[in-house]
Amino acid sequence: MKLTGAQIIMESLLAEGVDTVFGYPGGSNLPMYDALPQYPALRHVLVRHEQAAAHAADAYARITGKAGVCWATSGPGATNLVTGIANAWMDSVPMVCITGSVVSWLIGRDGFQEADITGITIPITKHNTLVLNVEDIASSIKEAFHIATTGRPGPVLVDIPRDVQQQEAEFKYPETVNLPGYQPPMVGDPRQIKRAAQLIAESERPVILAGHGVVISRAWDQLVQLAETAQIPVITTLLGIGGFPGTHELNMGMPGMHGMYWNNMAISEADLVMGIGMRFDDRVTGSLKDFAPKAKIIHIDIDPAEIGKNLPVAVPIVGDVKNVLTDLNREVQPARHDQWRDWLKEQRDSHPSIAIPETDKILPQYVIKSIYDASGSDAYYVTGVGQHQMWAAQYFWVDKPNGFITSGGLGTMGFEVPAAIGAQFADLKSTVWSICGDGGFQMTSQELATVVEYELPIKYAIINNGYLGMVRQWQELFYKNNLSSVRMYQPDFVKLAEAYGVRALRVTDKAQVQSSIDLALSHPGPVLIDFQVEEYENTFPMVPPGAALQQTVDSPYQGSETRTPAAGGAR
Amino acid sequence: MPSRAQHHTIVALVEDKPGVLNRIASKWRQRGFNIESLAVGHSEIPGQSRMTFTVDGATHDVDQVTKQLFKVIEVVEITDITGEDVVARELALIRVAAPQESRVAIIEIVNMFRARIIDVAFESLIIEVTGDEEKIEAMYEMLLPFGVKELMRTGRIAMSRGGAGQNVDDGSHRRYRSAGEGKAQVGSLL
Repeated sequence: MKLTGAQIIMESLLAEGVDTVFGYPGGSNLPMYDALPQYPALRHVLVRHEQAAAHAADAYARITGKAGVCWATSGPGATNLVTGIANAWMDSVPMVCITGSVVSWLIGRDGFQEADITGITIPITKHNTLVLNVEDIASSIKEAFHIATTGRPGPVLVDIPRDVQQQEAEFKYPETVNLPGYQPPMVGDPRQIKRAAQLIAESERPVILAGHGVVISRAWDQLVQLAETAQIPVITTLLGIGGFPGTHELNMGMPGMHGMYWNNMAISEADLVMGIGMRFDDRVTGSLKDFAPKAKIIHIDIDPAEIGKNLPVAVPIVGDVKNVLTDLNREVQPARHDQWRDWLKEQRDSHPSIAIPETDKILPQYVIKSIYDASGSDAYYVTGVGQHQMWAAQYFWVDKPNGFITSGGLGTMGFEVPAAIGAQFADLKSTVWSICGDGGFQMTSQELATVVEYELPIKYAIINNGYLGMVRQWQELFYKNNLSSVRMYQPDFVKLAEAYGVRALRVTDKAQVQSSIDLALSHPGPVLIDFQVEEYENTFPMVPPGAALQQTVDSPYQGSETRTPAAGGAR
Repeated sequence: MPSRAQHHTIVALVEDKPGVLNRIASKWRQRGFNIESLAVGHSEIPGQSRMTFTVDGATHDVDQVTKQLFKVIEVVEITDITGEDVVARELALIRVAAPQESRVAIIEIVNMFRARIIDVAFESLIIEVTGDEEKIEAMYEMLLPFGVKELMRTGRIAMSRGGAGQNVDDGSHRRYRSAGEGKAQVGSLL
């Protein structure tokens, strides 16, 4: 039987096991929306802005491990996806985006709502394709899912003109793909794995830097086995949080620009650094020439282009983290590094880094830690970008892989509001907290309508300091306290949330912090809390931009002293 | 590991699909490279084309882009043949002013360079010359005094000498090889 192109799209998605699609209709994907009601097995989530569709699909993918799917119409619909696609690209998230394109005879003729979305997204997709024949839709979608989910995952965009969606063809979903140029390396070179085991055996001061690759590859058990066998402390990068249990005694927390002081010192003193599924990003390494000066480096990553990109590596292992660690665990001999771990503990004790002082003020880190303490490791935590994100990364020592969802590489403010939607759809039974900045929240707050429409019990916590906090922090520290365009007029977030039908409360007193969190957790529906926090709080520890990890400035708190606000500056 | 700029010749076997050139050019552009020359044409494999690029850059930087290019889905094979034993050729068409009085001198130069005259007009000639870049540049220099009206070059194409299959094979039919210090290392990665 012949199907229309639009029906073939739906059938192909079902064949890929897709159950949820985040999307928005428009002129060029009308045939898809026409076909959609025939496919009740596809749950369609109507967002309020296409960017939200992409971020929701992104978070959905991170939690489920499947490709997230979003779709949009041509032109502005497609370009609105771009930030979300770039976000997924930077964080290696599998995503399939289907855009309707203008009818094929108008392509390249500046048709209404035409944008060259395949051209636009070349640098931010793993692959993209314009499908001009209805017969090619099924194979294009098959390839898109294959490419998005294998190797180093990433977003793939399939652009399908409206007339192609309307044409008819026999539907047969292909069983294989024909991509002669695409065979991601899966298994690590056994010689390199032996060399790595050798270096581990010889090392006295080893650390593991575990990144997103551990989570993506679902290699947490293998990582625990490696760390326990050789007693190696595990430092988790921003996106590696959750890849190693937060409560494990070997978990040292985050390194880098706002990482734990002790980790930056440990990396600087280590004689072996194992980067596992991470890419030695500048926020992790600080000044590259000073990074881990005493260490040999083992780098495990599935992407050969990451090897040697930033640092010379003693032992490169290209392969899927889970496979590589499985093989490596067969070679690694039990070891203890008691002296090294004692040294680390001393560092940890003498530089508390994330201690929170006693004060009557509502410190943002107190709010963030309170949320975590009340909700525990079973909840999902989604964050935006900025100070609140770094505090979240410092205080959320989650045990659950994928328990911490954040925009790492791209640093997309506003991610938190729609990503929480994707997270909640990925796991309808669990608590989802969205930790928002007051700036980022205003970039995507329209999605509260989606939250209410789909009755998602998401808990939104706005860490409201009335500033673009991280930008202000940099202006304070590196631009002579010239506070320029960082003080923001805020709407009444409580009224705004209530206008959407979200239960909302404002917290202006420290005594209300706990009770408001408890209320949010006990309320069956969505809740928004506007935490009006201490406005001048800054995020520490901090490695100044371009400085070495050895120059980490630790938290100024000693005992119960509270930092005084920076003098002067615009209010 | 900064290293000095060097001329690199990179050969890629790619699937013959729309947008491939764009994707590849995009990777060079992203890293701020200027492509010195680029030649594309069908290969011996149906549906696959071969591209030869020349770029100037430090080996480490070129290596980085080459690795990125390898990630382009349609790139089947990519090799940096810089510094290897290759035969490289380029073809140029040169339109040169050739009034009666200078014609004989021009023909002499053409013969010396084993070039050919492929079009004769009243006041000009079109010369076809094949060779490496140095030869073409040398001939161009020789013709300049006569008045070169137009120069058109194909860009370099290059092929390793000897038998095929010298590339590192990763066990599939995909190959990747880069020049410079990372060569042995990267070869054994895959």
